[in-house]
Amino acid sequence: MPDDQSAIMVAAPQDTVETATIIMRGIIKRFPGVVANDGANLEVRKGEIHALLGENGAGKTTLMNVLYGIYHPDEGEIWVDGQRAAIHSPQDAIRLGIGMIHQQFRLVQTHSVTENVILGLKESFFFPERAARKRILELTEKYGMKVDPDARIWQLSAGEQQRVEILKALYRGAKILILDEPTSMLTPGETKDLLNTLRRMTAEGHTVVFITHKLEEVIEASDRVTVLRQGKVIATLETAATGESKLAQLMVGREVLFHLDKKQVDTGPVVLEIDKLSALNDKGMTAVVDLSLEVHAGEILGIAGVAGNGQRELVEAITGLRDATGGRIAVNGQDITHVPPRARIERGVCCVPGERWTALIPGMSIADNLILKNYLQPPIGRGLFLDRAAIAAYADGLIKDYAIMTPDRRTPIKMLSGGNIQRALLAREIACQPALLIAAHPTSGLDVGATETIWQLLLAERERGTAVLLISEDLEETLSLSDRVAVIFEGQIMGLFPAKDANLEQISLMMAGALRLPVRSTLRQAQGSAYLAGEPA
Amino acid sequence: MKIPRLRFERRLSSPQWLQVAALVVSLLLAMLTIAVIFYALGVNPLIAFQRIFRGGFGSVYGLKETVTKSIPLMLAGVGLTLAFKGRMYNIGAEGQLFMGAIVASGLALEFSEWPAYILLPVMFLGGFLGGALWAAIPAILKARFRVDEVLTSLMLVYVASDAVKYLVYGPWRGTDTRGFPITDEFSAAAQLPRLIDSRIHYPTLILALLLAVLIYLLVARTKLGYEIRVTGENPDAARYAGMNYQKIALLVMLISGGLAGLAGVGEVAGIHFRMRPPEGISPGYGFTAIIVAWLARLNPLAAILTAFLLGGLLVGGDAIQIALNLPAATVHVFNGVILLFVIAGELFTRYRIRLEF
Amino acid sequence: MLEFILSVLRAAIPAGTPLLYGTLGEVYAERSGVLNLGVEGMMIMGAVSGFAVAQTTGNVWLGILAAALVGGLLALIHAFASVSLRVNQVVSGLALTMLGLGVSSMMGKKFVGQPLAARLQPINIPVLSDLPLLGELLFRFDVLVYLGILLVPILWFVLYKTRLGVTLRSVGENPSAADSLGVNVVRVRYMAVVFGGMLAGVGGAYLSISYAPAWIEGMTAGAGWIVIALTIFAIWDPRRALLGAYLFGGVRVLQFRLQPLGISPNLLNMLPFLLTILVLWVSSGQAAKRRIGAPAALMTAYAREER
Repeated sequence: MPDDQSAIMVAAPQDTVETATIIMRGIIKRFPGVVANDGANLEVRKGEIHALLGENGAGKTTLMNVLYGIYHPDEGEIWVDGQRAAIHSPQDAIRLGIGMIHQQFRLVQTHSVTENVILGLKESFFFPERAARKRILELTEKYGMKVDPDARIWQLSAGEQQRVEILKALYRGAKILILDEPTSMLTPGETKDLLNTLRRMTAEGHTVVFITHKLEEVIEASDRVTVLRQGKVIATLETAATGESKLAQLMVGREVLFHLDKKQVDTGPVVLEIDKLSALNDKGMTAVVDLSLEVHAGEILGIAGVAGNGQRELVEAITGLRDATGGRIAVNGQDITHVPPRARIERGVCCVPGERWTALIPGMSIADNLILKNYLQPPIGRGLFLDRAAIAAYADGLIKDYAIMTPDRRTPIKMLSGGNIQRALLAREIACQPALLIAAHPTSGLDVGATETIWQLLLAERERGTAVLLISEDLEETLSLSDRVAVIFEGQIMGLFPAKDANLEQISLMMAGALRLPVRSTLRQAQGSAYLAGEPA
Repeated sequence: MKIPRLRFERRLSSPQWLQVAALVVSLLLAMLTIAVIFYALGVNPLIAFQRIFRGGFGSVYGLKETVTKSIPLMLAGVGLTLAFKGRMYNIGAEGQLFMGAIVASGLALEFSEWPAYILLPVMFLGGFLGGALWAAIPAILKARFRVDEVLTSLMLVYVASDAVKYLVYGPWRGTDTRGFPITDEFSAAAQLPRLIDSRIHYPTLILALLLAVLIYLLVARTKLGYEIRVTGENPDAARYAGMNYQKIALLVMLISGGLAGLAGVGEVAGIHFRMRPPEGISPGYGFTAIIVAWLARLNPLAAILTAFLLGGLLVGGDAIQIALNLPAATVHVFNGVILLFVIAGELFTRYRIRLEF
Repeated sequence: MLEFILSVLRAAIPAGTPLLYGTLGEVYAERSGVLNLGVEGMMIMGAVSGFAVAQTTGNVWLGILAAALVGGLLALIHAFASVSLRVNQVVSGLALTMLGLGVSSMMGKKFVGQPLAARLQPINIPVLSDLPLLGELLFRFDVLVYLGILLVPILWFVLYKTRLGVTLRSVGENPSAADSLGVNVVRVRYMAVVFGGMLAGVGGAYLSISYAPAWIEGMTAGAGWIVIALTIFAIWDPRRALLGAYLFGGVRVLQFRLQPLGISPNLLNMLPFLLTILVLWVSSGQAAKRRIGAPAALMTAYAREER
């Protein structure tokens, strides 16, 4: 790639070192079986918003975890404000004025905001509740963040929880703030608020580094951007001097747009029929509310939405892991609302859940994992026994057909790479020849190659005439794979439309709950008058 | 306080030799630790170990006794491999053993005139049911109400032990026992045959070996065994695949309790021919069986071997009790230290461990 | 009748005191995320070493100190195994209980049957101890009883009102959150487990030095296991630990008081264990209903650098 050379040149001009607040040189971090950072160089200037761009698995988070003292690099050096820094723990990082907001918030759910913020500080023996509250309120005022210091974390929305994380860092006097995929859990509105806060912070002299794989965010929010690919830094660029397509190319190392060979498929009869379904989440609060949907044979119906808006509960209600508190679910015309999970599997409901490890047995062999759905039926199950020869043949067949990279079928599945684990999982579900295939976040955490394979497998299922319910946070994925798209917000469908008619602005509003379209839950006609056109929620 | 940090790196594979090596090294270290403890308590460890080994394995008599004591360990231990595989921490095998003994004794005393070929099978069956039902209490509490089975199964050990005491001090106390808290001797029909010149009640031994093989086949080769393995490794995945968690939890507990119950039957019908106070029936077989299962890496066939080893240890323990005037609970020192080192040793097969200061 | 009730109450407090110490310690250990099933072993080791030291030195205070140290030492082993080596906490605790039962009986053999020469004197709290009825009931115990009661508000205060407490609870709820803020998770857990072990040791020493006062093999008789159940009953709150401990102390006393009625002592002996099961059952149901439960990270070892 010709652009690489010039890009790397930008990364290390001597004069920038003077203004750099962070310099990382030649960072190498190995994990058993992988090199997460392979000689990465990074230089961040004081007072800038610096984006760290790369695909999943490119080593962005690892690099920042090294900076924050969570990982110890096997090789490499770090300078902070011109001083060689030895960062052995987050404590060292905090002392150097570095704060990090992880993608998974590290908050104690049962504690109050104040308790979370002052955790780990060693100023006095007693709990300085009043003083801490006062300072928290000052900080929220200063940076325009709204948080109630007395609220318990579990009562807060994702956006509010993120503010608590930022408060934690600011409270400790962080001058350099690292945010790992800060927008992945936020609605578009919350994202805007966050960017405002970050700008106010840089105006006050703070420095911000944020990790992302979303190009628009880089363009919109950052001053400079560093692109990582496979553990290596590919380039550091002024954002103003680059564009989305250039960044995309650097990030992926080839053309980004997959050629999706999406054949015309005639949609068949309704396979999944959900009628006014309601369900509760683990805390006993309503998560799915009067939700109606239909998925036809031979179509992919995508559900878009910010994570935590009832997607997981919807999936579990369909697969039978969660009780429906109201409404009806039917597959191929048979009511399955109160049928146990096994009976649903037998009626052809297969599912790749969002949390992969709830559907796999990490310590057991690939073969044992592959038979999880059909161990009861011949040829695998015979009478009381399992036919070991049949298992071997079946597993070897799937390993070959789905190109699962493994030493053999006896290898514990946890030893495989993420892409191969996901491929094995999907292979198992598809091999059952489902009537309905639910795929939740099927490509999260996978690299480009693996993502493409998974997409093709899903499209092949569509062509075979399976009804596919796709749930994803990745809007691009949802729009390019789906025939129809539904947007979910707080457990309700805000709009349902053919993917080709998608309007990004409208989708954003729906994801934020600010717009609700009349929903045609069926292809045939709009259902009832429960939904009013364009009613603001 | 500066604590050196241990760094763990997961091993990508765990070869067989490493597993064996880890086990051997753990056992050696455990012995060394026990030696230190003995020395600190004023017992010469060299003499003690020599006596233990000679007592358990060093003579024909010792070996016969070792086999005798390995019978209850094998039965209860094999049962526990199954329970632990299904991730049910049944810590109450000792109590289930007592219940088996109680039921068998009750049958033996009540139907003493029945012929042996009916009475003995009925006693085994009853003992199995007694142990199984005793284990069903924590199982149901766990499966239905999410009550921790570790504590409930353990509490029931004390209750079962008190039940034994109540019976032998009260309603079942024999008529010709000169005031001792024991029952009358069982009728000949309720007494298991033994190998000549030994206390090896071979029908129970054969039953134990048979059950070890059966449980092995159950786990490794059957649909049900697959469900047990999946449930134990990842209950979420089991639920996801439509397996019935409550059924599996109940089943493994019933079987492990039942096997412990059989061990109790063997003790009263093969060794004592009567019911005695709890410490007379079992020197903690149900607890030692936990180690049998763990040492065997939850493999029922390996449990045959580990039961034999620990049986020898118990016989040796008896030998030093008498020779060195030590209390009966000395055997718990072995149990505790060995268990500790074995679980720590297992770790080395899964991780490379480095010390960082 | 009133007299009977009062006498049961009076006896319930000392009978519940070992349970109180053990439960308070276990509350702290579990709040940090470590289940310690070795309490029974730590209590019995505390009982034997407390007695041994008190008997040989003639100083009960040295005995109590020794019990705390021995309990703490055993707990240190559990901390090393479950926090540093990250072995199964259930098995490690169980192993330590076995070890404690074995070693204590070997150690205590020569003390069996000896009455303790030195004694803890009851403290008559001035004025209050002279009150009619209540004075007899509440204000004439020895210092360990009062210390136990005093620990309840102190430990409650530390847990909820100090930084140390916030840190401890955070480590038990979300160790990675605590770790990311520079809290040394390993150190906090070590400290909590060792502290718990020390209290268990003192609880055991109370049995052999004050309650009995003698060494009897296996004298804890399952008290350590009841402690684990009481910790759940207490919903990990020191204040409820007091309630639970004295309640079970009362049951223990009732056992002896009911014997003259002709009920077999062996059947009465089952009472605390059956009651424990009942308590576990009820509190599990309660916890599920009110959605409050064990510390979220209980029984999970914390590892920062694992992928």
